[in-house]
Amino acid sequence: MGKPDLLPGTLDMLILKTLARAPLHGYAIAQSIKRMSDDVLTVEEGSLYPALQRLLIHGWVTAEWKMTDTRRRARFYKLTAAGRKQLGVEVSEFNQMIAAITRVLAEQP
Amino acid sequence: MNAIFRKLAFLFRRNRFRSDLDEEMAFHREQTERDLVASGASHEAAHTAAARTLGNPTLLKEKSHEVVAFRAETIFQDLRFALRQLRKNPGFALIAVFILALGIASSVAIFAFVDAALIKPLPYKEPNRLVQLFESIPLGPRFHLSYPDYLDWKRMNKSFSSLDVFAPNGFMMKTPDGLRQTDGARVSAGFFRTLGVTPILGRDFYEGEDAAAPARTALISYSAWQKRYGGNPSVVGQRVDFDGDVYTIIGVLPRDFHFAPAEPADFWAIEKPTGGCEKNRGCHNLFGVARLKPGVTFAAAYDDVKSIALQLQRQYPNENRDQYAYMLPLTDVIVGDIRPILLTTLCGSGLLLLIAAVNVASLLLVRAESRRREISIRGALGASPRRLVRQFVTEGLLLASIGCILAVIGAREAMRLLAALIPRDMMAAMPYLHDLGLNSRVIAFACGLSIAAGVLFSLMPLARLRLGRIREGLADGARGSAGVAWRRFGANLVIIELATAMVLLAGAGLLGKSFYRLLHVDIGIQPDHIAMVRVEAPPEKYSNDTKQIALAREVVAAASALPAVASAGITTKLPIEDADWTTSFKIPGRPDTGEHKEVAIRMVTPGYMTTLRTTLAAGRYFTANDDASHQKVVIVNQAMARKYFPGEDPVGKQISFDLHKAPPMLIVGVIGNIQEGQLDAAPRGAMYLPFDQDPNSGFVILARTRQDEQTLLPALQSVLHSIDPGMAIYEPMTMDKKIHDAPSTYLHRSSAWLVGGFAITALLLGVVGLYGVIAYSVSQRTREIGVRMALGARRGSVYSMVLREAAVLTSLGVVTGAVCSIAAALAMRQLLFSVAAWDVPTLCAVAFILASAALVASFLPARRAASVNPTEALRTE
Repeated sequence: MGKPDLLPGTLDMLILKTLARAPLHGYAIAQSIKRMSDDVLTVEEGSLYPALQRLLIHGWVTAEWKMTDTRRRARFYKLTAAGRKQLGVEVSEFNQMIAAITRVLAEQP
Repeated sequence: MNAIFRKLAFLFRRNRFRSDLDEEMAFHREQTERDLVASGASHEAAHTAAARTLGNPTLLKEKSHEVVAFRAETIFQDLRFALRQLRKNPGFALIAVFILALGIASSVAIFAFVDAALIKPLPYKEPNRLVQLFESIPLGPRFHLSYPDYLDWKRMNKSFSSLDVFAPNGFMMKTPDGLRQTDGARVSAGFFRTLGVTPILGRDFYEGEDAAAPARTALISYSAWQKRYGGNPSVVGQRVDFDGDVYTIIGVLPRDFHFAPAEPADFWAIEKPTGGCEKNRGCHNLFGVARLKPGVTFAAAYDDVKSIALQLQRQYPNENRDQYAYMLPLTDVIVGDIRPILLTTLCGSGLLLLIAAVNVASLLLVRAESRRREISIRGALGASPRRLVRQFVTEGLLLASIGCILAVIGAREAMRLLAALIPRDMMAAMPYLHDLGLNSRVIAFACGLSIAAGVLFSLMPLARLRLGRIREGLADGARGSAGVAWRRFGANLVIIELATAMVLLAGAGLLGKSFYRLLHVDIGIQPDHIAMVRVEAPPEKYSNDTKQIALAREVVAAASALPAVASAGITTKLPIEDADWTTSFKIPGRPDTGEHKEVAIRMVTPGYMTTLRTTLAAGRYFTANDDASHQKVVIVNQAMARKYFPGEDPVGKQISFDLHKAPPMLIVGVIGNIQEGQLDAAPRGAMYLPFDQDPNSGFVILARTRQDEQTLLPALQSVLHSIDPGMAIYEPMTMDKKIHDAPSTYLHRSSAWLVGGFAITALLLGVVGLYGVIAYSVSQRTREIGVRMALGARRGSVYSMVLREAAVLTSLGVVTGAVCSIAAALAMRQLLFSVAAWDVPTLCAVAFILASAALVASFLPARRAASVNPTEALRTE
């Protein structure tokens, strides 16, 4: 749809980052990423939920059923200590990667 | 590590996980809808839009599920589903598994024989560097060496790191109960070192132990050690008496050791240069076995021994005239005879497996066709294409695995049965078959076949279904074009099946005809109702001609006196054996052209020829008067007469062993050729001397009885025993059984029966396959047939339409098959006996059988087609 795809491997990092501020449910995570990226990044349902299961299995997030503001039951995901550490690792790796790519692109032919 | 535990936790809270995910995703959808409504869409439009943007919920859930689930889990699901599929359709499952198991089992059973005989290396060091040496004479290439020739070959050759000899004759062992025939061989001192075999107990012969001076020693085989000495290590040092000499046992051979050219053999005694034959260059009793020097090729070594033999011919023009060298790889000597039959039957079973696999594959195709809707629905419900493919692979592999397990069980039974069918004497000569069984190679072969079958079975339906086209499958009208395509594909498979069946049938026909021809070879005797037993009298007791003649007379008289015995006779060697016992001779009064004249020789009593009912072509049989006090006489066979007295009447002519030393013998009769070699050998020249003029302490007594010859054997043995309990009385047999069990008969019979069995199964499978294709085609064309009949087609023309389809397939199959059959028959020429590979009657008969079976198979669907009720046919669509 004309929008760039998410860089492979970055979805987990984006979710962890989103959750670093406050626990959110799945839909809110998707909306939050969309909003913060000024509608550039869209997280599809088909990748969001498998990714959340993956994070759960690694123990980087925990899930809990809570009531939303609109009095609906929703599953809220919360970052764990291990998740915070993992976020740090992924961000620094990502930064290194971006810096490397930038250097390559900045090279004058 | 933790991740695995969490996965395990998920495994136990599976339902909880599912409901959580369902609720979560439903919530996600609702939220999306709400946002859309909030931005001004109607409720319904929002609902559809949300559903469209979010996609297939089942597929999405599957994706999440795959994250938490173990990979193996989905395989179990597929497996469960596959099992359910098979259980739901037990007829299909049973037939498919049975056909497949049949195909694999026959191939595996035959492969086990191939493995034991041809693949498993012989129990020697570097067995492919070993050769067997023979002397080649005008009668044939595989004859014995004389001891002096052996010494010269050993001394003069430059090609072998060692050269040794063996004499596979057996012994007469002296026991407290008298002489007993014992299986064994005499070998030169380096024999086991040449083979690269070391005794597991005691010692090997030392270098030079086969000289005249050292004491006589022997090695014992592992099985004889167990059987005769109970596996007691004190066997080393025991003494045994063979042929009047005392031998000390010095060692036990390894359990897996065997040496087929001398088997069966319990004892391996040392060969000595002191025997009467060993001193005579003209007396041949040994075979050579040698190991090629590193780097020397077979051809170079062969040239070497050939030139040595030529040199010896020049050096000893009398003894060595026409004595050439002949050499074969030891492996060829051991398994050369059985190789063609094994490879032929392996190919036969392979073809059967091909038909079986094609048959099951086409069954699967029909099923895949009827499962198009199921697959489409699963696809529409969100099953990923990969998952659907895996489902088919799982089903194919499941089918193949069940087939494989049954096949391995079946193959083990089949092997046992086939091994039990091998005559005892033949089995003894094929020691490599003793450890026949399901070893790792055979199991691997079975698994390989099953995997190949499994892959074939999974790919077949996939190729047909083209998974992308889900909608086409849902819309039922799409059947028309697919049906046609399938019919074409299935038809090709059926042509393959019929052609393969034709090849097997033709092969079986030719082998059967060979076997029939072999059994009806004119062997020059009437073999029915003949009982016989071998006798070996202690030579020290029957030390001279008079005593031996008296014993033979007493034996014949006692046998003749038995109730129901019509006549009895004695020979020194039976028909239908090997071509051993030959002699060279001269014709007095003719200039010596340098031609080497050699024929088989047997000493017989007057009753021998009348008992066997040979045919007398000229002159007379022997009488009781042909003894030492009368003129030396001889009877020759027609082959010898034709070869050495062409265009003359041999009766009244003379022959002699040695013009200077021996008195000439008068030819008194000519008899029809008795088959002195194997059944499939060409008749050879042979001469018969009166036993009374040239007696022996060992012979065979034959008796013709008016009753069942098998029942005469115990009486015959006991009456011989009462004459002298010290005699060895062994190998009781009947002539019919001897012919039945002869190696050439066995090889032809077993190949004919095995390939025949494969052919009949193949015929059944091929015809069933044709039936399936025609029946399917009729069922697909019911509507078309209805329309035709509604438009006025007669039932007869419907019949012919269906039958024409079958006829086209059948004739394509038969023609393809006929061409392949001739090629196959040419490849197995070696197994054919007086039948050409392109034997027209056989090919015609086989084509006729196949065509009639195909006609019957297509008649049923044709009848169904012709009895279609047009109104019903049109309504059902």
